Amino acid sequence: MSAGLMTGTSAIPTAPASDARSWWQIKQRLTPWLFLSPYFILTCVFFIYPVFYALVLAFFQTNGVASRKFIGLNNFTTILADRDFWTAMKNTTVFAIFSTCLQLPISLGLAMLLNRRGSRLKGIFRLAIFSPHLVGQVFVGVMFTMFFTPKYGLFNQFLQMLLGWVQGPHAESFLEYRWLGNENLVMPAIIIATMWMYVGFNMIYFLAALQNVDQSLIEAARIDGANSWQQFLNVTLPAIKPVATFVVVMSTIGSYNLFELPYTLLQGFGPNNSGMTVVGYMYSNGFSGGDIGYGAAVGWILTLVILSINLVQLKLSGTGKE
Amino acid sequence: MNWLLWSMLGLLAMFIGMMFVSQRYAWRFAGTVTLLSVSAIFLLPFFWLVCAAFKDKDALNEYTFLPPVSHWVSGYKPEVSTPASLERAQRGDLNFDNFTELFTTRQTSQGPVRFERYICNSLFLASTGTTLTLIFSSLGGYALAKYRFKGRGFIVAFMLASLTIPGVLLLPPNYLIIYQLGWMDSYKALLIPGAVSVFGIFLFRQAISGVPDDIIEAGRIDGCGEFKIYLTLVMPLVRPIIGAFCLVSFLGSWNSFLGPDIFLQSQDKLPLPNVLNQYIGEYAAQYGVFLAGTLIAIIPPAILFFALQREFVAGLTQGAVKG
Repeated sequence: MSAGLMTGTSAIPTAPASDARSWWQIKQRLTPWLFLSPYFILTCVFFIYPVFYALVLAFFQTNGVASRKFIGLNNFTTILADRDFWTAMKNTTVFAIFSTCLQLPISLGLAMLLNRRGSRLKGIFRLAIFSPHLVGQVFVGVMFTMFFTPKYGLFNQFLQMLLGWVQGPHAESFLEYRWLGNENLVMPAIIIATMWMYVGFNMIYFLAALQNVDQSLIEAARIDGANSWQQFLNVTLPAIKPVATFVVVMSTIGSYNLFELPYTLLQGFGPNNSGMTVVGYMYSNGFSGGDIGYGAAVGWILTLVILSINLVQLKLSGTGKE
Repeated sequence: MNWLLWSMLGLLAMFIGMMFVSQRYAWRFAGTVTLLSVSAIFLLPFFWLVCAAFKDKDALNEYTFLPPVSHWVSGYKPEVSTPASLERAQRGDLNFDNFTELFTTRQTSQGPVRFERYICNSLFLASTGTTLTLIFSSLGGYALAKYRFKGRGFIVAFMLASLTIPGVLLLPPNYLIIYQLGWMDSYKALLIPGAVSVFGIFLFRQAISGVPDDIIEAGRIDGCGEFKIYLTLVMPLVRPIIGAFCLVSFLGSWNSFLGPDIFLQSQDKLPLPNVLNQYIGEYAAQYGVFLAGTLIAIIPPAILFFALQREFVAGLTQGAVKG
């Protein structure tokens, strides 16, 4: 359909009188701007302005909303010298790596299993695996606090049944594992809890992408003698690449924004801040501490980290934006 | 050895046996078994949640799922007769105490508040937020999909770039902006900044660009106004994406904790996640009550999900071409 039709310049059988027509044209031209105006207004007030405001704030020390004082780069030097910040950064990065390298392949695998033709229970499986996403992070956090309690916790029980026989008779039983009290087990606990919540969500995206893969291509590859692995690598994967890139980028951003789940899971930040995320660090120093400027500086560091990771990801995947 | 290991061994044996008969069926069998067990594992916490919500507070940590049947009803005979265990036996190990406690009117600094109030808060916030986002995002998406105008390419590029800025960066400055606007402790602080979603605009742009231009043109010739074309001709054709977007948006708003935690102060304005979190704060450890509340909090999203399930999957299938 031509652009001319869209802007109303083409001759329409019932052409109105000339000044009425030019009014109609103006209206046509204004309509998209009118439709986009809520976006423009809200973006200016709550996006563009805050982004620059955050940049300014990062150089100030603020005392809540009451007062502020210019302190130059002090916020940044304090943050970068703070051991808690590096703990938070390390935790969040570990989390992001695991959620990309462990959770996404599992999601893709499940999506591929679901995508096979003729599986009758498909709808039910899809429903079951997606359903955890209906539960909010706060609720998941507290539920998993209880799953990870020693002895009667669901997860410990399950682990004991599954792997109890591996351990020698003198080893500590899995039932006694205090996941949330042990520095080294806190991050695995967070990763497991988020897996329950997000595997199904990402699976839906992959499933949608897989359903759009041209089956005749796979058929052709099969006839040419490609085995399942080669079919996957050379046909399926390139076909779902745009969606896969999107999911990877979004999951990275989401991982670095993690806060609510670990915060409620641990009712704080865990032993030795072992479960503190960058947003958690911002929350405790910026909002609870009342120094919004400090929070803004943390926000900018986090943004730069995320942006550079995303750039590398987009470079690696070879897709430009969109 | 326990039943779990035995059944895994059995399934493995079946798989190996089938490999001799037909490799294709063996793999198909393995796939189905994997899906079945993953589904079971993913659903298990829900079953646990239902059990936990009805368990007595003393029984909560004593059994993984349900107490023995003989302990279910009130007035059973406990093994040891201590005052505490007798009292607990009087209540029964399964009861409605958690829900009763939850719905007990509590005194707050804003006067007495009933739990129904928080449910209404959450429902109001989530439904209003979803409606606003739906209208404004779909209007924006329609404008980008079906109008040619100067600056369109730039707007799209700007939106894409803005998607990569994490929301957390905006939190500190928005806190001050909201304060200066005088929106602190008001729902405006939560509803208005989130009233347009760039993600939503893209979703709708993608879906609406698939709507044939002829339909829109026909509407124009028939004398439809532009807004009427959007509302009565275009929107009904992208129903799946509306369903998908509503669900995602409702979930985000219904379950959000950080925003209300920062912007709301009055107890009687809080939504469910924030209120329930108070039951397990520093001064309380009423896990049973929290879990009863969780069970209630899951119901609205679950209803919405079942109602929109078909649209949700179809909508994402349509939207997935983006990326």
